[in-house]
Amino acid sequence: MTSVTYHDVRLMEPSKTQNYLNVDYGFLSWLLTRDHKRIGILYMISISIMFILGGFFAMMMRLELLTPEGDLLTSDTYNKFFTLHGIIMIFFFLIPSIPAVLGNFILPLQIGAKDLAFPRINLLSWYLYIIGAFIGLFVIIIGGVDTGWTFYTPFSTQYSNTHVFGTTLGAFIVGFSSILTGLNFLVTIHRMRAPGLTWFRLPLFVWAIYAASIVQLLATPVLAITLVMLMVERVVHVGIFDPALGGDPLLYQHMFWFYSHPAVYIMILPAMGVASEVVAAFTRKKIFGYRFVAFSSLAIAFLGFLVWAHHMFVAGISVYSAMIFSFLSMFVAVPSAIKVFNWTATLYKGSVSWQTPMLYILGFIGLFTIGGVTGIFLASLAIDVHVTDTYFVVAHFHYIMVGGAVMAYFAGLHYWWPKITGRMYPEWWARVSALLVFVGFNLTFFPQFILGYVGMPRRYHAYAPEFQVLNVMSTAGASVLAVGYFLPLCYLLWSLRFGRKAGPNPWGAVGLEWTTPSPPPKDNFHETPVVTWEAYDYPAMLKAMGETQNV
Amino acid sequence: MMLMLTDFPLFPDQASTIASQTDKLFIFLCVVTGGTALLIFVTIFYLAVVYRRRPDNELAQEGEAPKFLEVAWIIIPFIFFMICFVWGSWLYFRLVRVPDNALQVYATGKQWMWKFQHPGGQREINTLHVPVNRAIRVTMASEDVIHSLFIPAFRVKMDVLPNRYRTMWFQATKTGRFHIFCAEYCGTLHSGMIGWVEVMEPTDYQKWLAGGSEGSLASQGEKLFQKFACNTCHTSEATGRGPALLSLYGSTVALNNNATVIADENYIRESILNPQAKIVKGFGPIMPTFQGQVSEDEVLKLLAYIKSLGAAPAQATGGGGPAPAKEPKR
Amino acid sequence: MSDVTPPAGEHAHHPFLQHHFEDLTQQHEASTLGMWMFLSTEILFFGGLFLAYAVYRVSYEAAWAEGAHHQNLLLGTINTAVLISSSLTMALAVYFSQLGRRIATFVTLGLTFIFGSVFLIIKGIEYHAHYVEGLLPGAYFTYHSPLAAKVELFMVFYFSMTGLHALHMVIGAGLLLYFMWRAWRGDFGPEYYSPVEIMGLYWHFIDIVWIFLFAMLYLIGRHH
Repeated sequence: MTSVTYHDVRLMEPSKTQNYLNVDYGFLSWLLTRDHKRIGILYMISISIMFILGGFFAMMMRLELLTPEGDLLTSDTYNKFFTLHGIIMIFFFLIPSIPAVLGNFILPLQIGAKDLAFPRINLLSWYLYIIGAFIGLFVIIIGGVDTGWTFYTPFSTQYSNTHVFGTTLGAFIVGFSSILTGLNFLVTIHRMRAPGLTWFRLPLFVWAIYAASIVQLLATPVLAITLVMLMVERVVHVGIFDPALGGDPLLYQHMFWFYSHPAVYIMILPAMGVASEVVAAFTRKKIFGYRFVAFSSLAIAFLGFLVWAHHMFVAGISVYSAMIFSFLSMFVAVPSAIKVFNWTATLYKGSVSWQTPMLYILGFIGLFTIGGVTGIFLASLAIDVHVTDTYFVVAHFHYIMVGGAVMAYFAGLHYWWPKITGRMYPEWWARVSALLVFVGFNLTFFPQFILGYVGMPRRYHAYAPEFQVLNVMSTAGASVLAVGYFLPLCYLLWSLRFGRKAGPNPWGAVGLEWTTPSPPPKDNFHETPVVTWEAYDYPAMLKAMGETQNV
Repeated sequence: MMLMLTDFPLFPDQASTIASQTDKLFIFLCVVTGGTALLIFVTIFYLAVVYRRRPDNELAQEGEAPKFLEVAWIIIPFIFFMICFVWGSWLYFRLVRVPDNALQVYATGKQWMWKFQHPGGQREINTLHVPVNRAIRVTMASEDVIHSLFIPAFRVKMDVLPNRYRTMWFQATKTGRFHIFCAEYCGTLHSGMIGWVEVMEPTDYQKWLAGGSEGSLASQGEKLFQKFACNTCHTSEATGRGPALLSLYGSTVALNNNATVIADENYIRESILNPQAKIVKGFGPIMPTFQGQVSEDEVLKLLAYIKSLGAAPAQATGGGGPAPAKEPKR
Repeated sequence: MSDVTPPAGEHAHHPFLQHHFEDLTQQHEASTLGMWMFLSTEILFFGGLFLAYAVYRVSYEAAWAEGAHHQNLLLGTINTAVLISSSLTMALAVYFSQLGRRIATFVTLGLTFIFGSVFLIIKGIEYHAHYVEGLLPGAYFTYHSPLAAKVELFMVFYFSMTGLHALHMVIGAGLLLYFMWRAWRGDFGPEYYSPVEIMGLYWHFIDIVWIFLFAMLYLIGRHH
């Protein structure tokens, strides 16, 4: 029995082998599964439903904002819609998107493990997510919540008469789902790597997930306890955060942002990981400055814990603490810039393919760059005073979270779709959707930068008439964006049945996940792989491919 | 529709001393970051086209970009970030340091309106009249949730908190009407919590002031002082059950836990609403709380009255933060 | 190359080796690391409460002292001793399980369970006393004092912190029962003792949290 290397699997007939999809049938075989791949699929289905729901709320908001008057929705409904849009998209879509779907499915494959370290806890994570999501849906059905996703006190504790308790309970529970997922990944990366797979041979996606998992593990519990205090305050009416009873609303904001700023990195770090994978695979090159990119993920995770109060520059923190947080926020921009420059440099002398995942990632780099540099505006104190709580901020974080994280999620979904399902999606349609998303996104959100600087505050149900033209542009862009997001839903489902069979390695990419059949067998690898090569070692792979062909 | 298209600003009014400076920094940032972003996009597009996958380019070529780039693109952006930091902070200091001669105005945020009071006793809702070319100091508090007073044309914004005073200032440079927005989400009619700043020529402003007043804010405060029977304890002699308030404002107060505190606006407010928080040395914790009994408007009037009893002689007002400007003695 | 079935029987499978681990060492290392990481999450979870507690202790020092005076120092001290003893028996249980001493493991786990239960019972007695005194925040708060509102805030922290701690104790006690059953069955030995060890980590963590709570809620401010 010789060791199996990546080129050998090309000789296998994937369709004739048993895989994780056909090993068991029936509902229970899915609902009680401990297979990380099936759990990844469960997450994929759940978060897609939440994405559609959150998208619906976004679309209603954009339609309302077509005219300056509040004519489509009442102000209470509008306030509930932007709140639910935020809560659903952040807690129930973005945070689990790349880690819980792609990370769950791909990470054990990439490190040559049979499963995550704690498969039962992994399943528990999904059930916690589902319980949190059902509480969230229940709240929507019984009337919703109108506090904004930030639950600022004292509005949320004393003044809002909507379902704050239920919503925070849902967020609290889904927080534990996130914690357990992060914990599982960390232990898996530490303890489950295949023989020979040293830290600096790890794919950058693993590094990115590792960094994001640290944030999940250490930041989420602070949100959890903050929400507990908020619930206690709402029930017992005691002044933890309510100034009328002696509490301090700024303490709430500090504790909330201590989680919610790092939470941005839970969303964007895995996205950066996907970008590294895709750029390497579609240039057939090792990522330029591999170690810089790897360590920049850790640097972002670390610095991310030190900048929370830049959300509070006008909220009532002292002049000097504002300065310190502005200074530290500038630091966090450095590792992000490193990544962008390194991806760009990787293209040099590469073999750049313009296939769909790469199109998404090129879009990602562009949009993330814009999102990143506008972050400098916000970190610069005097500018922040003017643009905070305006549409400038809305545009900025959508460039990071939608232009960044969601684009990368779609890139990763397309990149690993053949691995997950064993089928290829229709390339032409996929390129159309990538283009629509890119154009629609820019049309939606670029005008919002201008709107913000001109002075339109966020969370406005009705607005001054001079803001209308830019709002109309934004709504028009949102329709294009909606089509762009709807297309993949159709053709990806179509490909499940009619797509071309993918084979183990349709992209000619390196990485352990491409050495096993598509879809992978239940235990991922027929034999535990032994790694003797560096990450993204394309020359070696291509040499090996050449030899195989000669045999 | 035609009308709509002509009234289509892409840049806000520049109507305060700070506005043009904020815009300078903003444009600097736009140029540098925009330029860099454009450079990145062009480079990516160029490389992606030149090195596109072709039959003779199935494999990547040997060779990489030079390694010194790595250092270059750590150091150069970092220098730029530090420039942004220093410039932004420098301007921020100007934004928070209130000029000494500023004209005092009081603002109260309330779901969902802005109430403004002038020292002369004039009150207005959702409109603020101020003279042009004169620094205006706004002392603000909220009656319920957190609001945020935002005047885009002046490039100023500050959250208005329910548990303490915040102070911001601006100096309008041209007359006209400018938007006031509430920028911190505050409930159902958040988007209706809007108003106008009316910037007037000084002569017009004086005319406006002359119309309708119920006596100065301080004299209204004095009436409240008697109505709430504050004067039974806070007599003018040192022998009263409560500390004398003459020349209190701005002075240093010794507390019974041996700490000292500067008697600024926030201290006086806290001492009315939560008297147990800081007890003056030599007095007992006997004062009842007035939380819930006086509205924010009334607290402001009491404050104006206490300020009118004279300010302590100028001394260090601590902190390094924005020093409270002294009220001229009336 | 066509034969890629996994090689079977290369090493004898321990009955408790989960299939996705290579060997028991890997499994043990993974579970221990997992527990340490879980505890780091727990530290930040409690840490949020500690932070808020600290902020308001600075603001309302007098009320905090008054609140501390309503704690039963004797019962609190007894409970501290009980919990520290339980940590000793827990540590012994880990030791005996490593040696494979079935009865000794069972007994020490049992003692830990009993100490834990005693702690919870005493805690319950204290809670009842607070209730009778009218110190339960919310509708039943009838305590009168110039500082009553802030004492209520103190009691909110008291009940949140000790309640959360007690919840951890209850979960720990449940796990102890489960591991007692497994110890009786003879599951643990020199090769396989990681469940008892990570149970020990968890239990010691609860113990340490209590030491902090005892100092913060019972002792600080008492000299006033």
